[in-house]
Amino acid sequence: MNRLPHYRRFRPRTQPAYDFPFYASTAKRHPTRPLVIVPQTLSEITGPVFGHGDLEPTDNDLTRQHKGEPLGERILVNGRVLDEGGRPVPHTLIEIWQANAAGRYPHKADRHDAPLDPNFSGAGRTITDARGRYQFVTIRPGEYPWRNHYNAWRPAHIHFSLFGRAFLTRLVTQMYFPGDPLLSLDPMYMSIPEEQARRRLVSTFDLEHTVPEHALAYRFDIVLRGRDATPRERA
Amino acid sequence: MKLVASGSQTVGPYLHIGLTWLNRDRIAGPGVKGERFVIQGRVLDGDGKGVSDALLEIWQANAAGKYAHPDDRQRKPLEKGFRGFGRIPTDAQGRFRFSTVRPGRVPGPGRGLQAPHLNATVFMRGLLKQLSTRIYFPDDSANAEDAILKRVPVARRATLIARRRARGILEWNVVLQGRNETVFFEF
Repeated sequence: MNRLPHYRRFRPRTQPAYDFPFYASTAKRHPTRPLVIVPQTLSEITGPVFGHGDLEPTDNDLTRQHKGEPLGERILVNGRVLDEGGRPVPHTLIEIWQANAAGRYPHKADRHDAPLDPNFSGAGRTITDARGRYQFVTIRPGEYPWRNHYNAWRPAHIHFSLFGRAFLTRLVTQMYFPGDPLLSLDPMYMSIPEEQARRRLVSTFDLEHTVPEHALAYRFDIVLRGRDATPRERA
Repeated sequence: MKLVASGSQTVGPYLHIGLTWLNRDRIAGPGVKGERFVIQGRVLDGDGKGVSDALLEIWQANAAGKYAHPDDRQRKPLEKGFRGFGRIPTDAQGRFRFSTVRPGRVPGPGRGLQAPHLNATVFMRGLLKQLSTRIYFPDDSANAEDAILKRVPVARRATLIARRRARGILEWNVVLQGRNETVFFEF
């Protein structure tokens, strides 16, 4: 019998609760019964594998997906995907989506009175390299209003979706920008109880990767659930 | 552990922009062996209304009970091109539908075998982190000995077992709240 890897549980207060009244839509969409805790099996420690064959060459450059360049400030978003042990997560799929520079999504549900940009779709994807590194070229997304509460505005953000190595390492999160005054007013951001854990969703200004005369850079490292040092489940 | 896992955030209402490219409602291609099924249902909120901005992801083994993943070291056949992954958004009424093959039994926990099941992850606006659940098959004698189902209170097990609607068509719903609230797992 093969020994299977075993993944650590989340540290308390580093993940949002399902029921979070400050974010009104959680009211009818959170489970009211406690989750049923079950052992990790082969079903949970495996997960879909993606490769470069799944991608198009311009998938990680959101400024080159149309005839013209999108309006807004061009930025680079760099980072690494790591596990909790600090090990890189190589060859894993990252998907992103975001509003345009005016704070508008090309989506039928977005009724915000801000212009669409025919040169910006706002979706990208890439696969981390052998050292867990990734890079996107995009434009800085705009803030936009939403109807959660009176005068509610989302801070500028980029949605990130990651798979990692297993079904249970799946993560959807959002990247924020440093110094954004809307962060402390934002129910999504504030749904993570521990302040230090919240701050890890805020990218940092990345002078090293800034390209002179071309684009500023931001760094956003993402940490996925990590394995125990010693496997303890048996197949 | 040196680092702490990043916090989850909702997919929000515009999830389709980033995720639609990978939609797969036919999980098993033409060359994949096994008994074929359509699974259909709805995602329902606490008022019983369909959730129009939800997304299901399915992860499953092939008919031999093998996952297309390097950590599955079983000596079992795996069809070339079988990934075992599906991604299905709900429609305006909260409905979803996908087709696949019935997976074989996979090992664990311990020395036992699990009953055939699909692993399902649910995302939606208003959900700050994903929900994980399973879809089992009706009238499968292996369900009675499945170690995961046994952890679920008897009265709630039916929420994890699809119902037969017609030949080759099963129904399974995601009920977020209420009397028939779906069982969600934490691993």
